[in-house]
Amino acid sequence: MSINIQKVRSDFPILNQKVYQKPLVYLDNGATTQKPIVVIDEVAKIYSQENANIHRGVHYLSEQLTQKYEDARKVVQKFIHAAHDHEVIFTSGTTESINTIAYSFGDKYIHEGDEIIISTLEHHANIVPWQMLCERKNVSLKIIPINDKGELLLDEYEKLISSKTKIVAVNHVSNAIGTINDVKKIIDIAHQKDIPVLIDGAQSIQHGKVDVQELGCDFYVFSGHKIYGPNGIGVLYGKEKWLNELPPFMTGGEMIKNVTFEKTTFNELPFKFEAGTPNYVGAIGLAKAIEYIQGIGLENIEAHEKELLEYATQKLNAIEGLKIIGTSAKKISVISFILENIHHYDAGMVIDKMGVAVRTGHHCAEPVMHRFHIEGTIRASFAFYNTKEEVDRLCEALMTVKQMFG
Amino acid sequence: MTLQERQDEIIEEFLIFDDWMDKYNYLIELSKDLPVIDPKYKTKEYLIEGCQSKVWLYAELDGDKVKFTADSDAIITKGIAALLVRVLSALEPKEIMNADLYFIDKIGLQQNLSPTRSNGLLAMVKQMKLYAMAYNAKMNQ
Repeated sequence: MSINIQKVRSDFPILNQKVYQKPLVYLDNGATTQKPIVVIDEVAKIYSQENANIHRGVHYLSEQLTQKYEDARKVVQKFIHAAHDHEVIFTSGTTESINTIAYSFGDKYIHEGDEIIISTLEHHANIVPWQMLCERKNVSLKIIPINDKGELLLDEYEKLISSKTKIVAVNHVSNAIGTINDVKKIIDIAHQKDIPVLIDGAQSIQHGKVDVQELGCDFYVFSGHKIYGPNGIGVLYGKEKWLNELPPFMTGGEMIKNVTFEKTTFNELPFKFEAGTPNYVGAIGLAKAIEYIQGIGLENIEAHEKELLEYATQKLNAIEGLKIIGTSAKKISVISFILENIHHYDAGMVIDKMGVAVRTGHHCAEPVMHRFHIEGTIRASFAFYNTKEEVDRLCEALMTVKQMFG
Repeated sequence: MTLQERQDEIIEEFLIFDDWMDKYNYLIELSKDLPVIDPKYKTKEYLIEGCQSKVWLYAELDGDKVKFTADSDAIITKGIAALLVRVLSALEPKEIMNADLYFIDKIGLQQNLSPTRSNGLLAMVKQMKLYAMAYNAKMNQ
């Protein structure tokens, strides 16, 4: 079965509009994905018919919504193949998830002189929290280098590992250039030395199957808005063992068992890590989004996006003076490129006015740009609702750019 | 020309464009008219860094007027910088400090000077006014 593109596109109301009198071509899915009507309806339904604070009330609405929130956790658990539902912590997004581990894990297990390993391909969200930890604890950051194709050098990674290494944090997929990293191998190598691994799944979760038990990762984090769900919701998956051992990052209501002014005891998992009123609307919306893409079929999504990636790569490579940055054989449907002698900002301004939404700049991953000695790229990132005709529209826009600035 | 006359002239020039591409093509043309900053000032000290594009700005006093020169690594940014210099350069510091740049809205480029567009242009306007303020203080000493 393949994707019924007409049907799929009609599920996303935002796609059916014109910008600057031209049909919108949305190719900025790496930044955020659009929402299917089932998610929009679900969020509206909660606010119009079901809203109540969860876990607290003994009244009807509260009980009903608490059930839905906990069901949403189970949907996420099954989706990422976690062993237990209490291993799924709802956060505000990838950034909060990484910060939680950087604080909780860092507080307990990282001491002066230790080392943390990340990679050149990281988004700033998986760099800065660790840098801050390094400053607090006087530890150092080791960086896995990449080759000219934008692939991690795993031999170099092995050399970086030492008895001082306390945690490895890498992304599953590079947001800037689309490389799919061999995270299974990265995890296996670290585990040989009993070093835990955090995987930033912000750019992988929406593109295919993720099985955290098969991967064996200790932590896996992602954002709801990049997988067709609402904004402000995200997931921190952690192995039960770790989550039990780690101290909570944020404290307040919901996450406590008993509070006296002398001592507070913390609640059990997952509530220990969900201080305050959680974003239950977001969590339930995220579960709806997951069910929606499961209905489309992850294999179908993968196949369609692979076809788009191949088509777009071929079409873009045919444009003279265009250079794709990131040419790994294993890539997600993200293409970053530069145009010879044309500034990405100039290109972006014109592409926008042609009705095509792309991202330009350093994509919050400056170290990747430095590695390739560039200031930024133009990035087209595709979702399963995109079409080959839209790739053609991008290419037409690029030809206009070349005419104007070439 | 007064500050107002300069702005009105630009508004009139842009009246004929109803298409964005024509507007951008005109900005590309205008970018060539920008009094370019002396290469020796194209340094970090004179750099206004946006997240998307860079702008370099230099100011000097010519009699009782402030003269600006600038450059950018992006052409559209450079075109808009050229407009800003055309409007604000060779005016007295007080005029620059108090200038209401209404032409930007009128020619539809306000989006390019919004705080969310980090192309350095908004910071450029601020920097031009800061230079004017500094020269104003100096002249009143």
